This record gives sequence, structure tokens and C-alpha cells, in this order.
Amino acid sequence: MTTVTERSGASTTKAAQVLHMYRQMLAIRLFEERVNELYTRALMPGLAHLYIGEEAVAVGVCEALRSDDYITSTHRGHGHCLAKGATPDRMFAELLGKEAGYCRGKGGSMHIADPATGNLGANAIVAGSVGIATGAAFSAQRLGNGRVAVCFFGEGALGQGSLYEVMNLAQLFKLPVIYVCENNLYTEYTHFSETTAGEILSRATAFGLEAAAVDGQDVRAVNATASRLIERTRRGQGPGFLLANTYRYTGHHVGDINREYYRSKQEEQKWKTERDPIRNLVGWMLEQKLTDAAQLAKIESELTAEMDKAVEFAVAAPYPALEEVEQDVYA
Amino acid sequence: MPEAAQRQLTFAQAIREALAEEMRRDATVCIMGEDVAEAGTPFKVLSGLVEEFGKDRVLDTPISEAGFTGLAVGAAMTGLRPVVDIMFGDFITLTMDQMVNQAAKVHYMSGGKWKVPMVMRTTLGATRRSAAQHSQSLHAWFSHVPGLKVVLPSTPYDAKGLLKAAIRDENPVVFFEDKMMYKLKGPVPTEDYTIPLGVADVKREGSDITLVATSSMVQVALGAAALLSDAGVSAEVIDPRTTWPLDEKTLIESAKKTSRVIVIDEGYERYGVTAEIASVIGAGAFYDLDAPVKRMGAMHVPIPFSPPLEDATVPTENSVFEVARALCNRN
Repeated sequence: MTTVTERSGASTTKAAQVLHMYRQMLAIRLFEERVNELYTRALMPGLAHLYIGEEAVAVGVCEALRSDDYITSTHRGHGHCLAKGATPDRMFAELLGKEAGYCRGKGGSMHIADPATGNLGANAIVAGSVGIATGAAFSAQRLGNGRVAVCFFGEGALGQGSLYEVMNLAQLFKLPVIYVCENNLYTEYTHFSETTAGEILSRATAFGLEAAAVDGQDVRAVNATASRLIERTRRGQGPGFLLANTYRYTGHHVGDINREYYRSKQEEQKWKTERDPIRNLVGWMLEQKLTDAAQLAKIESELTAEMDKAVEFAVAAPYPALEEVEQDVYA
Repeated sequence: MPEAAQRQLTFAQAIREALAEEMRRDATVCIMGEDVAEAGTPFKVLSGLVEEFGKDRVLDTPISEAGFTGLAVGAAMTGLRPVVDIMFGDFITLTMDQMVNQAAKVHYMSGGKWKVPMVMRTTLGATRRSAAQHSQSLHAWFSHVPGLKVVLPSTPYDAKGLLKAAIRDENPVVFFEDKMMYKLKGPVPTEDYTIPLGVADVKREGSDITLVATSSMVQVALGAAALLSDAGVSAEVIDPRTTWPLDEKTLIESAKKTSRVIVIDEGYERYGVTAEIASVIGAGAFYDLDAPVKRMGAMHVPIPFSPPLEDATVPTENSVFEVARALCNRN
């Protein structure tokens, strides 16, 4: 069982794939920046939980998945949905409660689901989707379709008993599922060290899961380790657990502005300048001569145009008709 | 209702036969729960199924109600039709997030894209000398939640037809079996049949008073009706068979015909099924009623162990008889 932190030094990830991961991470960041803007301009109903700073986790893991593999996501789920293939226009439309959204506006920011990309749904109950992901893996095994399920959750979910129930079941049934714990250090407004006893990885290894920790700011490392765990579980060798150590740049949600009572601005600044997953990947790509400034600028301007167009689409899109309120309660 | 000359099965045999037939008909149907395989549950309802269908389709799980119920939700979303066994109805408390926040809402929250065709079988009923944590009738809880269907069979015939319909339904269905009724015998035809969810059944026709009764209380109501008949009162006994969907029309029509109604249900009377049904009848038959609708349910106490105390907590043939006679001014 591997329990050491893996780094990407020996990674053989291809240039095209690295560039694709860069594009995906940048797309998530640009998306989230616009979500924050929609909130501050009072164009978005309710709140949203931003994924800025954690992009390498969703992208590194989803890059290792097939399009028909399953994921479950969390309240901080925009990054997972985009990384698994959701398009920003229908994402924004959902965030604004519009009919063109992925869930016809009925789910909102915390419940984006999309069968076409294997997205079983984001979940607003902490650890609420651990059973669903495990069940999807159960189906995949019973139906023999070779699919894998990835269950994303934050370190806050480590406090929920249901996680341990399903890890036990997954190991007993040797299910093709990977539990991805995104430790962004803060369980809402509380540092995880105040809520988490013992060692995180040993909670998974106690059940016999293959467990690994990874630098969640290094997308190549995430991808390499996730690929290993995913291929292993796809071969029927049992479930895995990936601990990605990362950082939430912004507040618990878009309205969490004054954060000094639980963490310092210096701490935030240090992560942003030294550990930024996008900037660090760019530095590495340039150093390896996998890209150049012109290509990067082109990608950024393409994505910026796409995001702006997507926001425009969502803002202009109509709300669902009132008759829809009673539709789809039952299938 | 078929003629008594037909084959007689116990309630437990009818349940088992429904499961076996559906498992033969559809390879995606599987059973999971505690001691469901070789043990066939403590009530022996599932005896013989693992021998025919194997341990891949009749799965013993750990004692992890939240875990395997959550797994079933995910499995139902991705191509299987799981039937979850929750040994005692009291243990549904452990599955509440999975049923209420996940199973019930997945279809709606996803804008109608994902669905959860699963069945939860569990039990209800007191008077088994099992004390406060193995005796409750908590079906009102699930009836309260949009997205779930709730079935309460009262005869072997109904149990088989309703369970087959529940398994074929595209929605999460909770199926409550009265554990005191497993040995009750009744006619069950050999040919394939289903009973649609949401259709009440007139268990006995009458003209002076309507006894609306569910599950365990149907036999109690029929017993009371026989006593009433001897006292010159003609009682009609209506079994809604499902609390949701609810066949309001049949209930209201019977109330209009007899002008007097008692609603009898083994759940707690306070805020319970009897309150909802009485309200439906009160609103729908107001001008035809000669008296306020009377409700009889479990007392507002934890079910006590001591036999004379326990017996006092739930309606009986005699208590229903007395209340009905008083309502008809026949004391």
C-alpha cells in the first residue's frame, strides 16, 4: 500500500495532455471568476462555493477518466463538472436558475448533474454522494461495462460516518471506485486540524484501500497518481483513496469576504504566489518548451471569449415556465 | 379480489414469490441487506432466494443501513433495480439522508435526467414484545417527502401485486410490511399480476360508517366490522394500500356514502397518516358528513415492553368497535 506523497518528477504525461490540462484549469478559474462577478453584481440568486485554487485536483483526476466513467461532486462542484466535460453556457444557466441549465434551473450551483458526461450530480450534503458513487461502481461491476466511479469530497466529509460505511462495502465487494479527498485545509470556517483526529490516509488503509497522498497543486502529480489508482481499480483490484492536499483561495462561499478570524491574508497570499497550480504548470511548460507565450495567450483569449459568451447566454436565457414546478417530482 | 378457492399463500410467501418472479423476469433486480442470503432474514421472508439467484444478486451486507441504502441509490441511478431490506422499520432512521435528501430528490434536482428505480422493504407494527426500538410504524415520515412512494399491503394478494409494481416502478418506493402479518394466509393466483400504486381497495362494503384502515389495521378494521355487523351497524372498510400516491377519490366517495368515518393507522396518531387522510376526507366530503372524522393511531408514547402496556398503545378490534358504535349513536 502506497502512503507516501507522490511527485510528478518521473511523469511521462504527453505534451498535448499537459496543454489540455492547462486549458481545463484555466477554464475553471475563468468560470469561477465570473461566478463571483455574477454574485457581486446581484445577478445570481443564492450563493456559490468557488473552486479557485483547487483546479489541479478535478482536472488531474478527470483527465485520467473515460468519458463514460462516473463522478459525484460536492457543493464546491463547478470544477468537477467542467473537468468532466460540462459546457460553461449550460453551467451558468443553471447557476442563474434558467431553463437552459443542466437541471432546467431546478438544481442550481450545488446540484449540477449530467448523464451525458457521467456526472451523477453535485451534492449539498457533506458526504451525501459517497453512497451514490459506490453504488455506481457496484452497477459498473455487476453490468461488466468497465466503468469506474470517482467520488470527490472535501476533508469535511471525513467527519461523516457514511464514508466509512461505504469504504468498507467497496473493499468487501472490490468495487471500481476511487474516493478523492480534497483537503483544502478549511472545513467551512474551521481549520481541518481542529476537526480531524489521527492520519487521514490511515482511515482508508484501515479498510485495505489502496491509498496515496499527492500535491494537489501539481496537476501532473495528481494525474499520474490518479491514473495509477484508476487503472488499478478498473482491472478489478479494488477501490482506491486519493488525498489531494490543496487550498481554497476564496471564502467558504462567495459571501465569505472577511476571513481574518480564521486565517491570515499572508497565508492566502503565500499559496497564491508560491503554490498556484496554473502558474506553476505554465512555468514548467515553458521551461520544458512544450508551449510558448503566444500559444498561451491564444488559449486564454479563446477561453475568455467563450466564458463571456456563456455568461451572456445565461443572463439572456428565460426562466422555466411556472408549470415546471410540479414536473419531474416522479419519473 | 379472487375467489377463496384459489391457492393460499402466507404474506411472507407472497413477498418471496413476488421477488423471485421479478428477479427471473429482470436480471437487474437484486436484493441487499443484513442477513438476507442464507439466513433469509430473521423473519425467513427471503428463504430460498439465494439458492436460486446466487450471492451476486442476494447480497449480505454489513450492518450499515446508511451505507448500503446509499449504495442502492447509486446502483439504481446506473442500471440496476435494487431491493433494499431494512430489517426493522425503526432502522429507517439510519437511512434518512439517503432516502430523503438523495433518492427522493435526484430526479427533480437533475431536471428529470437521473432516476432512482429502487425499493426499500421494511417492517412496521407493535405487539411483538420487541420494545421501543423494534416496534414503530414510521411510514408517515416517508409519506411526507415528495419524490418517494409509500406502499402498505394488508393481504398476501396485495403484497405480491404491489411489490411487483413497486419493483417495476421508476421511482424510489418504500414498502412497509407488518411483521405480525407474515403468517397470515390468503388467496394468491399463480398467474402474473401487478396492482397499480395509488388505487385503494374496498375490503368490505357497508353503508353506515367507513373504516379507512392501513396495513396492520385492515385486519383490525375487518374484525371490528364483523362485531359492528352483529350490533346492526354496516361498516365499509377501505384500504388505501399506498399513502402516496393517495387514492383520494375512493376515500371521499365512501365518506359521502356513509357520512361517518374513522381512519385507523398504526403510526403515531399525532401529525400522522390519520391526520392527512382525515383532512382529505374532511375537505372532500364536508357537506355529506354527519360527524367529524375520527382518528385512531398509536398513542403518543415510545412503545413499551410490558405486554399489557404495549397492547394499550395501538387500536384493537374492540376499541375500533366501541368508537364506531359511539360515532353511529348506537351505544
